[in-house]
Amino acid sequence: MKMGNTAGHFIIACQDCDLLHRQRLLHDGERATCSRCGAVLYRKKRNSLDYTLVFSMTALVFFLMANVFPFMTFKYEGRVQESVLFTGVKELFVQDMWAVATLVLFVSVVIPLLKVIGMIYVLLPLKLHHQPWQARRIFRFVEVLHPWAMVDVYMLGVIVAMVKLNDFATILPGAALYSFAALLISMAAAGAALDPHDVWERFDVAKE
Amino acid sequence: MTPMTAAQASLISCTTCRLVSRNRSLSIKGDAICPRCGAKLAHRKPNSLTRAWAMIIAAYILYIPANVYPIMTVISFGKGEPDTILSGVESLIASGWWPLAVLVFFASIIVPLIKLFGLTYLAASVQCKWQWHPKQRTMLYRITEAVGRWSMIDIFMITILVALVRLEAIATIEPGAGATSFAAVVVLTMFAAMSFDPRLMWDAIEPRHD
Repeated sequence: MKMGNTAGHFIIACQDCDLLHRQRLLHDGERATCSRCGAVLYRKKRNSLDYTLVFSMTALVFFLMANVFPFMTFKYEGRVQESVLFTGVKELFVQDMWAVATLVLFVSVVIPLLKVIGMIYVLLPLKLHHQPWQARRIFRFVEVLHPWAMVDVYMLGVIVAMVKLNDFATILPGAALYSFAALLISMAAAGAALDPHDVWERFDVAKE
Repeated sequence: MTPMTAAQASLISCTTCRLVSRNRSLSIKGDAICPRCGAKLAHRKPNSLTRAWAMIIAAYILYIPANVYPIMTVISFGKGEPDTILSGVESLIASGWWPLAVLVFFASIIVPLIKLFGLTYLAASVQCKWQWHPKQRTMLYRITEAVGRWSMIDIFMITILVALVRLEAIATIEPGAGATSFAAVVVLTMFAAMSFDPRLMWDAIEPRHD
């Protein structure tokens, strides 16, 4: 039995302390917090679905660019060496650091890609009031992946690496580095625009 | 509505889609599943405390090699210079890039310690059924969960350095054993934070409903 809508009231439980709350309609930009522990219960965002979709599609384009174009060029003692985003993972594998290589490959390439594609796959048909095949399972998966997409942390790693090399070599940023920065911004924007609650409620009304 | 928890009302809140339901839908395997999203349901995360302890202890053990062994060795004209997590921060401070040095100091040294000690404190508080300041402890949990991934900065930095610096005879960078241990600490503490159920802290202050 679904308790989402009992006697006209939507009920929600706080994820951090389990206290039940009656759900109220919010205005755009408002958020409801738990009366006991202060956790955010839910938010109302303006045009959440549209914004998330647009930023996810932008992210997909930048993702492809970030993986295709040269990432950085290293100049030292007259030698020039170019690398792409994938080079680091490949070098780690070559140097027998397969555990770290696999981890980096997943959190910086595979998971961000799955997240962006999964989001578009679910939200685009939902925008047209249609539910794609396995939509709920895929959206659930996308939500679970969330903390493991580490594009933002990776960007900081890039900056630290550049500073470390700054004293003795010249580093030239490539087109992929700028694309990667743009990917980080579009993914962060998509994340900020997403209202998972709204998506789950849309599943309830959309045709399968 | 009198204040009541979902568990007291014999309701289950789905940790994935937040739907509050009665525990009646069963999967083919016989697990309780959420009628809306299909995720497995449980009043509290299963074996939350045991899992969290196991991963916290493993993280403590790996924290030692993570800091003792070099995370990478810079080899320039045949001479190797090993770098540990701590010496990496020191060299950033020496280079005069203060904001970045502070950032890396936080991400690589403070954040892992906050996570290890914070999670130990939280798990101990549930184990001993402490009743005081559940709100502050919940806040600590939220911070622990949010900052965890930022410790990966050092691992990514190594990845980029090995990609950029590979001029065989002149300069190369070799990743070290410390990097694997450090990455494992980050991943284990992230999993520990995910398996820990903050609702257990609030259960200690409630009279049991059953």
